[in-house]
Amino acid sequence: MTTLYFVIMVALVPVAFWAARRRAFAVVEGRPGVLHSLPTYHGLLVAVIVFIPMLVVFALGTPAVGRLAEARAVAALPSDVAADLLRRSAVMREVANVASGNHAGDPAPGIRAAADSLVATRDAGHLAVLVLGLAVAAAAFAFAYRRIAPAFRARNHFERFVRVVLMACAAIAILTTIGIVFSVVFETYRFFFDPALKGRPTVSEFLFGTEWNPQAAMRADQGDIRTAFGFVPLLTGTLLITAIAIAVAGPLGLFSAIYLAEYASPRLRASVKPILEILAGIPTVVLGFFAALTVAPLIRGWGESFGLDVSSESALAAGLVMGMMIIPFISSLSDDVINAVPQSLRDGAYALGSTKSETIRRVVLPAALPGIVSAFMLAVSRAVGETMIVVMAAGLAAKLTFNPLDAVTTITVQIKTILVGDQEFDSAKTLAAFALGFVLFFVTLMLNVIALQIVRRYREQYD
Amino acid sequence: MPEALSIRTAAESSPAAATAATAAPREIKVTARDVNVSYGEKQALFDVDVDIAARSVMAFIGPSGCGKSTFLRCINRMNDTIPICRVTGRIEVDGRDIYDPEIDVVQLRARVGMVFQKPNPFPKSIYENVAYGPRLHGMATNKAELDAIVEESLRRASLWKEVSDRLEQPGTGLSGGQQQRLCIARAIAVSPEIILMDEPCSALDPIATARIEELIDELTENFTIIIVTHSMQQAARVSQRTAFFHLGRLIEEGPTEQIFSNPKDRRTQDYITGRFG
Ligand SMILES: Nc1ncnc2c1ncn2[C@@H]1O[C@H](COP(=O)(O)OP(=O)(O)OP(=O)(O)O)[C@@H](O)[C@H]1O
Ligand SMILES: [Mg+2]
Repeated sequence: MTTLYFVIMVALVPVAFWAARRRAFAVVEGRPGVLHSLPTYHGLLVAVIVFIPMLVVFALGTPAVGRLAEARAVAALPSDVAADLLRRSAVMREVANVASGNHAGDPAPGIRAAADSLVATRDAGHLAVLVLGLAVAAAAFAFAYRRIAPAFRARNHFERFVRVVLMACAAIAILTTIGIVFSVVFETYRFFFDPALKGRPTVSEFLFGTEWNPQAAMRADQGDIRTAFGFVPLLTGTLLITAIAIAVAGPLGLFSAIYLAEYASPRLRASVKPILEILAGIPTVVLGFFAALTVAPLIRGWGESFGLDVSSESALAAGLVMGMMIIPFISSLSDDVINAVPQSLRDGAYALGSTKSETIRRVVLPAALPGIVSAFMLAVSRAVGETMIVVMAAGLAAKLTFNPLDAVTTITVQIKTILVGDQEFDSAKTLAAFALGFVLFFVTLMLNVIALQIVRRYREQYD
Repeated sequence: MPEALSIRTAAESSPAAATAATAAPREIKVTARDVNVSYGEKQALFDVDVDIAARSVMAFIGPSGCGKSTFLRCINRMNDTIPICRVTGRIEVDGRDIYDPEIDVVQLRARVGMVFQKPNPFPKSIYENVAYGPRLHGMATNKAELDAIVEESLRRASLWKEVSDRLEQPGTGLSGGQQQRLCIARAIAVSPEIILMDEPCSALDPIATARIEELIDELTENFTIIIVTHSMQQAARVSQRTAFFHLGRLIEEGPTEQIFSNPKDRRTQDYITGRFG
């Protein structure tokens, strides 16, 4: 039934379009020059005016029908079942199964009756929605069709509609973001201030504590262990690995971008760039076991030959591989922005007697700086948010250290560790994930603000 | 060719000879012989021969697309930056073939400055735009010297009054005509021996144009100037000699008065009297 509704809707919209377009031609006797708007705009406007009400009827009608059918089914149940909430939901599940024909064997007569009532109401309801939709569409069409006249400003109305649609899309994106932030903030608030929560830390314990051990808090009923949520080791671990990754990917990515954009022949560039971008397509799990099985042992071997004590999982291994992962982000985006710097600027520099590298250093890179900084920012956010590589190559040990040869852990890894498996959502342990998510969000936000400031300060704008 | 050669050797042999040479009709700064340029398959210049005297102004005129800019860019080898562009023939500056592999292009371009047809200020401050060249070539040992060069260059390009109080603002924020003068200031800041100007006054009002023309006059004391212009009046006002290009060929070259009053070629006459172009 819902499919039928959609088919009809999709069929009606072009019909409305063509009818309105022909009408627009007809009202001016085939001389479109007399019209304020081209016939196509009249057609588009009428199509939209038919489409939107039909969509609204469907979007409001279908769930209403569903609820009504359920209510009818409940009414058809024996009254003792209907009164008991727990039993009712179990029985209703069975009713739904029977209604959709997924029930094995013969159902109890009460349930059969309820299912029949459900199906009958639903079918009648869907038919009603369809009829209502058609009626609304016909009314809308008649209304819009009659307004087609040479002076009618269909183009302006349609432009307004386009603007509303675009605005709605932007609004949805923004509202979703706000919604996510709010839910994270709310759960974070619970983590710190909900009195019912056992083992919750204070804000300062969380922000300045140097010990992270959420497992201890799980056994809080055995004893009051409250010092387990110190977030500092996670932050240092995250920053350490990110720093290593950027130290690897920054120069490599930027220099290869400069090479590709300024030195390589167009043919070489056309073949090398896609290869670099493939690197970005490698799933991080694959990179993760590459880090754990190849890079980490290699580093340990080296370290031992220098007499250093290297743990088998190290920040260095994870950072190096993560650096490989983000090279394409930096190189590909930087290459694009360097290419976008107008040739006339290079010519100006050459004409003053600059060498190639002087031109790049003093003119091209400063002009491309905003784009390069955003490429770096994207890479940093990827590195900060990366989980899999760290899980596999850097370990889970929340250790407060700046030694790249030690095992460390990061914020994202801990979020993952906390939430893996079945968890109830009212322990301090699970809510800690939200607090971590919140600080992670805050850290990336700060990084972005700083990058924006850098760009604003050193920006050299060409146009 | 032999005539040009003899003059050049006389001019170059010694400082004393050089002073003597000023008495001679012309000391040649730039020589072009059989210059052919093509962009890919399309040939843009055919067999251009020309001699350009030192410390004088040479004007290139001709209809749009006839190859004036192309030839200008040969003289400082800016065509090197266009991958599909091929230059053959011989171009000499001070008697040295500039397409000789031994030649350092960077040095050549420091000696042969250029003002482009479209203003292309760097997206840096006005000050940095002008200071770019002097910094690059280590022409100033301290800030005060650099300041002096910047101010002097901006004054000569008659831009100083308009920008002296906002030197730290971006050069790209200036108006089109101001940008053009900024590019002139940037080019003269490195004191090149030869300045190539591709329609330097195309976006300037009559007053600024007059100032730039004064500047060109002034510069000829020490420098050689080659200017492309679409304004016959301008060519007549500033240049000693004029060359007329048409469809990639140099049709006629000679003293400016002669070109304008008594052209030898029919096409030159048609062009300057406005019959085509
Ligand atoms: N980068 C280029 N690639 C391909 N062809 C070019 C290029 N630059 C110039 N040409 C061609 O070379 C010919 C000469 O161009 P040029 O720019 O030298 O003309 P011009 O005399 O300076 O014209 P204008 O007075 O309009 O500036 C033109 O036909 C043009 O299409
Ligand atoms: Mg030109």
